[in-house]
Amino acid sequence: MTLHPPTPPRARSDDATPRLIYRKPDVLTDRSTHYCPGCGHGVVHRLIAEVLTELDLPAHTIAVAPVGCAVFAYDYLNVDFVEAPHGRAPAVATGIRRVRPEAFVLTYQGDGDLAAIGTAEIVHAAARGERITAIFVNNGIYGMTGGQMAPTTLLGQRTTSSPNGRDAALMGYPIRITEMLAQLEGVTYAARGSIGDVSLIGKLKAMIKRACQVQIEGGGFAIVEALSNCPVGWGMTPQQSLDHLRGPVVDAYPLGVIVDRGSGTGALPAAGLGCPAPANPEA
Amino acid sequence: MTTDREIAIGARATAAELESRRRSRVLMKGNEAIGEAAIQAGCDAYFGYPITPQAELLEWMARRMPELGRVFVQAESELGAINMALGAAATGARVMVSSSSPGISLMAEAMSYMAGSGTPMVLVNIMRAGPGLGSIGPSQSDYFQATKGHGHGDYRVPVLAPASIGEATELVATAFDLAEKYRTPVMLVADGILGQAMEPVELRFRTPERHTFDWALTGAAGRPARVVKSIDLVPEVLEQRNLALQHKYREIARREVRWEGWQLEDAEFAIVAYGTAARVARSAIAQAREKGIRVGLFRPITLWPFPERELARLSGRLHGILTVELSSGQMVEDVRLAVEGRCPVAFHGRMGGLVPTPNEVLGALKALRARVERTRSAGHHAHVPAPTHPHGHDAGERFETDFPAHSNARRGGRR
Repeated sequence: MTLHPPTPPRARSDDATPRLIYRKPDVLTDRSTHYCPGCGHGVVHRLIAEVLTELDLPAHTIAVAPVGCAVFAYDYLNVDFVEAPHGRAPAVATGIRRVRPEAFVLTYQGDGDLAAIGTAEIVHAAARGERITAIFVNNGIYGMTGGQMAPTTLLGQRTTSSPNGRDAALMGYPIRITEMLAQLEGVTYAARGSIGDVSLIGKLKAMIKRACQVQIEGGGFAIVEALSNCPVGWGMTPQQSLDHLRGPVVDAYPLGVIVDRGSGTGALPAAGLGCPAPANPEA
Repeated sequence: MTTDREIAIGARATAAELESRRRSRVLMKGNEAIGEAAIQAGCDAYFGYPITPQAELLEWMARRMPELGRVFVQAESELGAINMALGAAATGARVMVSSSSPGISLMAEAMSYMAGSGTPMVLVNIMRAGPGLGSIGPSQSDYFQATKGHGHGDYRVPVLAPASIGEATELVATAFDLAEKYRTPVMLVADGILGQAMEPVELRFRTPERHTFDWALTGAAGRPARVVKSIDLVPEVLEQRNLALQHKYREIARREVRWEGWQLEDAEFAIVAYGTAARVARSAIAQAREKGIRVGLFRPITLWPFPERELARLSGRLHGILTVELSSGQMVEDVRLAVEGRCPVAFHGRMGGLVPTPNEVLGALKALRARVERTRSAGHHAHVPAPTHPHGHDAGERFETDFPAHSNARRGGRR
């Protein structure tokens, strides 16, 4: 067998110097994450970091961390963060929104947090048209506690608390909560994307960007559901989990923009607008 | 048409008018006075949910806060309200939440988070009778809940207990002071009577000084990002966090004890009571003094930190103590811990939304005195020995008056 030297990259005709193609946004910290190999949370974190940077938001952002796998989101995103009790991020964000009208308010929740224990909080924050941007990572399982059934777990899916598969007769049906929320007049924007492949990741980023712009432009509640994978919780290799994500998961949770009422319409202007900042803003 | 309500509380009064009345006496309902006191104390945001007997507080804030360009949100639940408070307070805003007993139970989770993350906030509990849905009648049966932790984990919150509407208005400002000074949630507890009653009060409004917070979330412009959190998965780090909290609680216990004494100078007996029970006790004490019983009132104003040293000192020269509560006997446990057997401690309480009458309290006081005298004439030392005695607790129990069911039967017999 003959060894050939590697082919040198073809020099560009106009400029031979290396060009910067991609750079990690500064708002992403240098820490390696605690997420399992193949997990989609890191991708969603990166998309948020890119969008915040592109919209020049990090210095104005107050974010709300959930309880669940993303509980340490503040270790990876270098913005002001408050930790919310399990499911309560939309209420915590409401409090921030109302006293800090100038801030960019972001919540990050998983499917157990948002679609089970926190259903009341997300529904009413949406109904009030709170001017917040909610990122909802749906991987159909409780990852942090060891892979139990979530409200979004697919029918037939085996988890540690549905060992024989989710049985609709006993455990009910998966919740498409983003569609539910989209019915509410206070919701300006609701969309579902996926981290399933490079093209889908690009589309997901566009959704996250739109959801952030809605807030900047004075619209109401905006939510992006990001379908994600959980190789460990699903008992799959990362590759298998992505195949599964692009197959049965998308069949149950169709992708696309569910509603876009346009900034400034369909939202309650009372959501934080017109209320002064507290009398003790920091010098 | 002008209603009585408007005349009484100035429902159409502007902020300037209320300001001009800061030291005047007006007739106000407790719930509304507490709300206005919070406004005058500079409350930036109020979050609530309707529940009797505190609904007027929510309604007062619903009207007044938007008038002043401040934040009012009626939440979807008490969980929603307290978590909105958590978010707003994490940005450095001055925040109040109010509810009544069942709603306070729902707030325990977030209170624990706020204690753990050092988030200042004032929570008002207009207590009603329990357990469960209980009734809407007045009660002091949330003493354990307020003073022994409320939510999960090793934490305490300062608990202020006014005995009048005027004092409530003053303690609201104190509550904000303590919350911001010590970075802690603070509870103000009042029974349903104090919430619902109207009385002429001198409005002792006060606006605590504003401080700059080096922890508040305002967006990380020009500084490193901040995190307001309670989690720490490294045991050693979490223990340090807990030790810091305990240090703070010792500081609060050392500096912030508040209580009031009345007619204690020559007293042989004392009634220990707070809130409405203390007002009933005053009437009973006046009656008892007419009958020659030398009795005074020891009224804790901070339920935590409990005035234990002060009560311990006093108990050394008393023949006996009667604790009166609108409960089955909750604070009486702290009274006994403070007294450490220096004198007998009896208890009288009513439950279910009932309030002891001065006559009942007087009866309990006479029963205590009779038992003390019997014990003395039988040759026992009046001062029960330290509770290291195996039957020490039982010995204390002998001085208890019976619960209402029994005392009613006895009263019936006398009639």
